[in-house]
Amino acid sequence: MALVELRGVSKIYHLGGEEIRALDNVSLDIEPGEFISIIGPSGSGKSTLMHILGCLDTPTRGTITLDGVMVQDASPRQLAAMRNRKIGFVFQFFNLLPKLNVVQNVELPMIYSGVSGRERREKAMAALEAVDLVNRAKHRPSQLSGGQQQRAAIARALVNSPRIVFADEPTGNLDSHTGEAILGLFRRLSTEGRTIVLVTHDPEIAAVTPRRIEIRDGRIAQHVDLTLAGLDRPPRPGFVAEPGTAAPPAS
Amino acid sequence: MSAAPSQPPATSRAEPPAHAAVNLWTTIGAGLREIWAHKFRSLLTMLGIILGVSSLVAMSALVKGMEKGAKEALVAIGGLEKVRVEPQNVPPEQLHLLDQAVGITMNDVYALEAGASLVTRVSPEMRVPATVSANGKRFRPFICNGVWPVALEMSEHVIAHGRMFNELDDEMARSVCVIGTATRDELWGAPEDVGREIIPLGETLYINGVPFTVIGMFPHYESEQDRKARELALAQAAAAGTQAGPARDRGRGRRGNFIFWLKNATIYMPLNTAWMKFRSGMSLAEPGRWGSPGTPATGVITADPRLSNLELKVASVDVLSDALQQIRNILMSTHKGIEDFNFRTQEDWAENINLFIRNARMSGGLIAAISLLVGGIGIMNIMLASISERVREIGIRKSVGATTGDIFVQILVESVVIAVLGGLVGLVTSFGLVQLIGGFSPTDNTPIITAPAMLLAFSFSVVVGILAGILPAVKAARLNPIQALRYE
Repeated sequence: MALVELRGVSKIYHLGGEEIRALDNVSLDIEPGEFISIIGPSGSGKSTLMHILGCLDTPTRGTITLDGVMVQDASPRQLAAMRNRKIGFVFQFFNLLPKLNVVQNVELPMIYSGVSGRERREKAMAALEAVDLVNRAKHRPSQLSGGQQQRAAIARALVNSPRIVFADEPTGNLDSHTGEAILGLFRRLSTEGRTIVLVTHDPEIAAVTPRRIEIRDGRIAQHVDLTLAGLDRPPRPGFVAEPGTAAPPAS
Repeated sequence: MSAAPSQPPATSRAEPPAHAAVNLWTTIGAGLREIWAHKFRSLLTMLGIILGVSSLVAMSALVKGMEKGAKEALVAIGGLEKVRVEPQNVPPEQLHLLDQAVGITMNDVYALEAGASLVTRVSPEMRVPATVSANGKRFRPFICNGVWPVALEMSEHVIAHGRMFNELDDEMARSVCVIGTATRDELWGAPEDVGREIIPLGETLYINGVPFTVIGMFPHYESEQDRKARELALAQAAAAGTQAGPARDRGRGRRGNFIFWLKNATIYMPLNTAWMKFRSGMSLAEPGRWGSPGTPATGVITADPRLSNLELKVASVDVLSDALQQIRNILMSTHKGIEDFNFRTQEDWAENINLFIRNARMSGGLIAAISLLVGGIGIMNIMLASISERVREIGIRKSVGATTGDIFVQILVESVVIAVLGGLVGLVTSFGLVQLIGGFSPTDNTPIITAPAMLLAFSFSVVVGILAGILPAVKAARLNPIQALRYE
C-alpha cells in the first residue's frame, strides 16, 4: 500500500464571487522510500498540494490517506498530531526560531510530542550528527551560514523519525554550491530509505529525483517516472528523460 | 470535475492523537525566556500590576490601621456595653402629661439597681457647666460632672495620682475633685512647657467660684500612636541634648484623638457635692430655668434633683437588646409611662465605624481594582503586539506539530507569568509603600499589612493575568499555519 494516496483532491477558494481552483481533481500515490519532486511555476498549485500532503491544510473535495490514516476531514488537533509524528518540513527560509539555539530548535517537535528533556537532547544531538552540525549545537541560527541553517532545519525535520519529509524550495535561498550540498544531503537521506518530497519551481533541481510531477493550473500536467524505466537514479543532475515525457527546459 | 474516486479499502479514520500534554514547566520556562528577551518592555508591562497590587495591599493596610485606631478609641470610652440614658423632650402625643414628667432622677438609679438584672453598673451623672480657675488662670473643661465613684470604671478612668473620692466624700458632699491632665496643663502648666510634671494634689481649684480641693489626677490618656510618637520625640530630644521636647499636640485638631482629649479634659466631683453646691436653690435665683417648664415660678426654694444622664453597663453585648428592653420597662414605670428619656448606645458609633471602614475599603478597593484592570489592559496590549511580531514563530511551531491548545497555553502562560511576577514584586513594593505613607504622618494610625490582603491582591493579579491573556491567546491559536509561515 502506498504511503500517501491522493484521490480526486480539489482545493477551491472563493474570492469575491469567483471560484478559484487551486487544485483540481489531483490523484497521486507516493510509495515509502520514494524521492519525488513536485514542480511547477508559482501559482500553479504546487504549494497548495504540499500543504495538503503535509497536513497543513485539508482538501475541499477528495480523499487523502497518509500512512493508513484518512486525513481529509481530520480535526485541527489530529492534523497537528500528524504533522508532529509523521511529517517533517524543510522550508526555503529555514524557519528556525531565532531566540533558541540550534539544538533547542531541533528539540522543538519533540516538545509537542511529550518527549522527556534528556531523551529530547539525546535525539536532537543524534539528528545534528546526521547532518554534521554537532559542533554548532549551542549557536544561535543567526550565527550560522545559510547552508548550516538549512542543515539544522533538516535535522529538525528528521528528529521525530517522520514517515515523509517535505522540502519546499530548500535551496531557494542558498548559493548554487551550498544548494548542491543540500541536495546531496537529501539524496543521501533518500538512499537511507527516507521518503522525501521536493517542491520546487526549478526543473534542474527537480532533475535530481527519479520521479517528477509537474503541476500546472492545479492539475498534474506531466508525470515523469524514471523508476518505471528501470532507472532508480537519473544519470546526472539535470538529466531529462525520454523525449515526449520530458519536463520543459529550465527557463 | 471527475467522478468521486473510489474509497481505498484498508484505511482507518484519522486516529485520535494520543495528545501528550506539553510539559507545563517547559512552557513556563519558554515564557520566562520570552519575558527576559524583552526585559524593559516586560518591566513596563508589569508596572501596572505592581502598582495595582501594592496599592491594594497598602490601601487595605491603611484601612486596617484606621480600624484599629477606631476600636482603640471605642474601648477608651467604655466599650460597647455602655448605655447612656438621656432626657429627651416629651413626645407630642404625651404633651398633655408634660407637667408630670419628672426627668431622670435618683429614683431611676435605685430602681435600675434593684430591678435590672442585666445591668451590672449604674452611674448617675450631674453635669455642671463650669469654668474653673486656679493659679490665676481659667479653663473650661469639657466634662465637669458630679458622679458616683463608680464612674471611674464606667468611663475607663484610672487614678494615677492621689485617690478617687469615695462614698463617704459623696455622703458628706465634700468639696473635693479629681481632674484630668488637660485641666492641670491649662492651670498649672504642661510637663512639656515647664519641664517637669506638676501633680497639683491638695491644691485649691475654683469651679464656678466654689473652692474645691484636688485629691486625685488621672494619667495622661493618649492613643498608642501618640504615645509612641511622643516617646520617640522625647528620646530624640534627649539624644540631641535639648531640655524641652517639641510641644505636645494635645490632640484637639485630630478627629481620631478627640476621645482622648475629651477624657483628659474631665473634672469629677461627688454627685452630692454637685447637687448641693450647684443645683439646690438654683430655682430661687432663676425661677423657671431649672424647674419643670410647667411648674409655676413660685419663688419657693426647690432644689432641682434631676440628673443630666445615666451611664449604664450591660452584662455583655450579646444581651444588649434584652437589657435595653429591661431598662426601658423599669424606666417606663418610674416615669409613669411618659417617655421623656432616650437611649444612646455605642452600637451606633461602632456601626458608623464599620460603615466608614467598609466605605473606605470599597473605594480603596475600587481604585486598586481599576489600577489592576489598567495593568491587565497593558498586559493584553503587549501580548497582542507580541503575537503579531511572532506570527512566524507560531507558524513554525504549528508546522512541527503544536496544536491550537499548545499555542493557546503558551501565550496564556506568558501573560500569567508576567502578572505573577508583577504581583510578587507588587507585594514586596507594598511594604515600601506602607513605610512611605507611615513616613509622611508617623502619628497617624500605623497601617497594618495583613496576610489575607496580600493573598487577595496576589490572586487578583493572577486572575488579571489570565483574563488579559485569553484574547491574545485565542488570536494566536487561531492563526492559520500556512498564512503564518508565509508571513514576513
